[in-house]
Amino acid sequence: MAKNEIKYLTAIKTEKKVKKFCRFRKYGIRYVDYKDVEFLKKFLNEQGKILPRRFTGNSLKFQRKVARAIKKARQMALLPYDTDLLK
Amino acid sequence: MNQYELMVIFTPVLSDDEFRAAQKKYEKFVENAGGSLVAQTSWGLRSLAYPIQKKTTGLYWIMEFQSSPSFIEKLKIQLLRDETVLRHLITKLDKYAVQYNEKKRSGVETGTEKSVEE
Repeated sequence: MAKNEIKYLTAIKTEKKVKKFCRFRKYGIRYVDYKDVEFLKKFLNEQGKILPRRFTGNSLKFQRKVARAIKKARQMALLPYDTDLLK
Repeated sequence: MNQYELMVIFTPVLSDDEFRAAQKKYEKFVENAGGSLVAQTSWGLRSLAYPIQKKTTGLYWIMEFQSSPSFIEKLKIQLLRDETVLRHLITKLDKYAVQYNEKKRSGVETGTEKSVEE
């Protein structure tokens, strides 16, 4: 067996975990506007689906506000329900 | 007297003065029902994210007004009856929303710009 081919039992955690913060509390935003499409796009992935909290790092209260705003924006055709390349 | 925000998408077929006439109609409707108009902005012709009734563009119009809750039901019926309206959305504004809209109008930075670029 090759000397250098060492099998690790657990994968090496290489990617440093970025400290996530709730941008709403940090920047003191209290209202998520459904008309502000650029801001809402930060919470959508390429297919236009809503990103879960573990990616956006939002607190529960603001994740719900963002989700509600995104759904209103979708209703008013500001955001697509699903698309192939949103960004 | 709560504060509401109405967003309407008109069919793109409307000419400019028809568009303005439709806006006037709803403003008059709010005023003579005892409500008061706070602000209104019209985004004009914009492309929709997905086609509505086979149309890919629409005339967007936003109106902020104060009125009694019972008026909203009448407004909704009026909007549903109007064929030039493709889609409408009435939202009740809480105090943070009202502050946000005032800030947005007066150009004061509302905090979302900071978090957008990062």
